[in-house]
Amino acid sequence: MKIFVPLDSAAVALGADAVAAAVAAEAGRRGIPAEIVRTGSRGMVWLEPLVEIEHEGRRIGFGPMTPGDVPALFDDPAAHPKSLGPVEDLPWMRRQTRLTFARVGVIDPLSLSDYEAHGGLEGLRRALALDPAAVVEEVVASGLRGRGGAGFPTGIKWRTVAGVAADRKYIVCNADEGDSGTFADRMLIEGDPFCLIEGMAIAARAVGADRGYVYLRSEYPVAIRVFGEALARAREAGLLGRSVLGSDLSFDIELRVGAGAYVCGEETSLLNSIEGKRGVVRAKPPLPALEGLFGRPTVVNNVISLASVPVILERGAAFYRDIGIGRSRGTIPLQIAGNVKYGGLFEAGFGLSLSEIVHDIAGGTASGRPVKAVQVGGPLGAYLPPSRFDVAFGYEEYAALDALIGHAGIVVFDDTADMLAQARFAMEFCAIESCGKCTPCRIGAVRGVETIDRIARGDAAAIPLLRELCDTMRAGSLCALGGFTSYPVLSALDHFPDDFARQREAAE
Amino acid sequence: MNAQATPPGLADRVREIVADYADLEGPLLPILHEVQAAFGHVPQAALPVIAEALNLTRAEVFGVMTFYHDFRSEPAGRHVLKLCRAEACQASGGDAVAAAVRARLGVDWHGTTRDGAVTLEPVFCLGLCACGPAGMFDGRLLARLDPAAAEALLTEAGA
Ligand SMILES: Cc1cc2nc3c(=O)[nH]c(=O)nc-3n(C[C@H](O)[C@H](O)[C@H](O)COP(=O)(O)O)c2cc1C
Ligand code: FES
Repeated sequence: MKIFVPLDSAAVALGADAVAAAVAAEAGRRGIPAEIVRTGSRGMVWLEPLVEIEHEGRRIGFGPMTPGDVPALFDDPAAHPKSLGPVEDLPWMRRQTRLTFARVGVIDPLSLSDYEAHGGLEGLRRALALDPAAVVEEVVASGLRGRGGAGFPTGIKWRTVAGVAADRKYIVCNADEGDSGTFADRMLIEGDPFCLIEGMAIAARAVGADRGYVYLRSEYPVAIRVFGEALARAREAGLLGRSVLGSDLSFDIELRVGAGAYVCGEETSLLNSIEGKRGVVRAKPPLPALEGLFGRPTVVNNVISLASVPVILERGAAFYRDIGIGRSRGTIPLQIAGNVKYGGLFEAGFGLSLSEIVHDIAGGTASGRPVKAVQVGGPLGAYLPPSRFDVAFGYEEYAALDALIGHAGIVVFDDTADMLAQARFAMEFCAIESCGKCTPCRIGAVRGVETIDRIARGDAAAIPLLRELCDTMRAGSLCALGGFTSYPVLSALDHFPDDFARQREAAE
Repeated sequence: MNAQATPPGLADRVREIVADYADLEGPLLPILHEVQAAFGHVPQAALPVIAEALNLTRAEVFGVMTFYHDFRSEPAGRHVLKLCRAEACQASGGDAVAAAVRARLGVDWHGTTRDGAVTLEPVFCLGLCACGPAGMFDGRLLARLDPAAAEALLTEAGA
C-alpha cells in the first residue's frame, strides 16, 4: 500500500508530520506493509494535510486529515468521511493548466527516477542536443518573462549573457521570495527541486555558465533541507558535475541561505549578499548580465522563471506561447492568500480576472464578510477595490491600473481592514527593510510613517504631503523598494479615501 | 553565566568554522550562520577572529553582521517565538495574535521575557500565507494561530 503525505511547509504547519506518524503506526499495528511517500503539496491549502492513496491507477484524496482520521483509511477508504475522490477530478485541479507545477504534489521530490518517469530531464536532454544559441532563441520565442516581479523577457536576458565572453559566468536563482502572500518558489523547491536544477542546467548550457547559486531565504527551513538533499542526489546521479548527463556541459550549483533581509530579493543586493557583503543595492548600469556576481556576466532569474524552462524545452516554445494574453504568455502560478475560503496555489494561463480568482476560485473570504480590498504583487503592490476586479491578470493590464502583478501573490482583505493602517504598514515595512543606500527610501519611509500618523490624528493637511513624499520616493529611489512603496500607499489613499477621512472626523 | 562573557575555546571553534568554509566564494554569510548555530548568537569576540581569517577589517565583518536581521549579537531566550507580521497574516487576524502575545509575555518585538524563557521576534512572511496567521516556535511551523492557540503554546513551554 502506497500512501502519500505532503512534506510541504504549509501541510506540516497544519499537522502533516503527525498524520504521517499516525499512518506508520497504524500500518505497523495492522501488520500492513505501507510505503509512505512524502510529497509536495497540490496547493489546496484548505485541505491540508491532504493524504492520497493510489487506487486502480488513480490517486484518491483524503483531507483535511488529523491523526484520528488515519485508522479508517485502512478499513474501507471509499467510505472514509474525509474522502474527496480522485484528486485530479477536484474542480480546483481541473480548472488549472499545470505545467510548471505538473509534478508538485504528485512525485517524491527526492526521487530522480520518479522525476524522470513524469517527464523530467526531457527538456535538458533536448537542450543538450541543440546548439546553445538555439536554446536561447527557444526561450525568447516562448515569450517567458521574469516571474520575480519585473517581468523582463527571460530569453533576452540570456541572450545578453550568452553574447559576452568571460572566463566564468554564473546562473543565480533568486529564491528569496520575500513578498507576503507568495509561496510558489517554496512549493516548487519543496515539491519538485529537480525541476529547478534542470532549469538552471538548461540556462547554463544556453549562456555558457559553469557555476550556479540558489539564494534561498532562511525563513524556509523545509525548502532548505529538501533542496540540499536534491543537490546531493543530483551530483550523485551525474545531473550536476563535470559532465552533466554525460555531455560536455560542466555545471554545479551551490545553495546559499539568506539572513532575513527583504531587500536581498533585489537582484544586485542579492549578488552582494552572496559575495559576503552587506545586502545593499548596486547602481545599474552595469547590468548584472554584464557585470554580476564577482564582476562576471550573470543570469539572475526567479525560481519560477527557471522552473518553467524545462517544459518549454520539452514541449516547444509555440506550445507555451499559445497560452496567455497580450504580452503575458504561458502560465502563472497564482498564490491566493489572506482572508479566503480556499487559499493556495493555482496555476493558470494569464488572463483570469480578479473577480474570477477571488470569488469563483477562492470562494470569497474565510470570514464570510464582504471583500474590501485585494493586494496583488506583495508589499510593493497596489490595493485594488472590487470595482477594479475585472482587470485581467497580465503585466501590462495591471500596469495600466498603477498596479503590478509582482510574483503573483493575491492577498484578500475583508471589510474589517483599515486601509490607513495598511498604508502605514507599507511605509513601516519599507523603513525596516531599506538597505539604507539611498535617502528617498531610507528617510522617506520614516517620514511616511510620521505623515500617516498625522493623518490618523485628523490632520488632513498631511494628505498632500504624503502624496508629495510618495512622488519623491518613486522618482528618487535606487530600487523598487523605495520606488514602489507608493503603490500600496497611494492605492489605499485613492481607492479608500474614507479610511483616511473617517479618522479626521473621529479626531474632531 | 554572563551573556557577554567569552565562551571558552571560542576562537578555536570560530577558526574551525572559518576553515570549513574557506573554499567557498564569498564565505562570510555561511560562516556567520554557522557561528550563530554554534553559539546561539554571534559573539563580539568572534568578529576579529573571522576578520583576520578572511583578511577583512573587523568593521567590515561587523557591518555585514548587523545588516542582516537573522544575526543576533545577544543570546536569545530558551525559546524563540516568531510571529508573521506581513500582510496576508494581517488579513487573517495576525495583529490580534501579536497583541495578545506581547501582552502575555510583557515584551515588545525583539524582547526577551525577564525569566529568559521566550524571545519574541517578528518575521515578514514564512510562505504560509494561505493558512495564516503563521509563526514559528523554535523551528516548528505554526499555522492558523489565534490568541488562544498562542496562549496554549506559551503555557506548554512554561512561559
Ligand atoms: C525590494 C525588491 C525585492 C525583490 N524580491 C525578489 C524576490 O524575492 N524574488 C525574486 O525573484 N525577485 C525579487 N525581486 C526582483 C529582482 O530584482 C529581479 O528582478 C528578479 O530576480 C529577476 O528574475 P526574473 O527576471 O526571473 O523575474 C525584488 C526586487 C526588489 C526591488
Ligand atoms: S504573510 Fe504571513 S506567512 Fe506569508
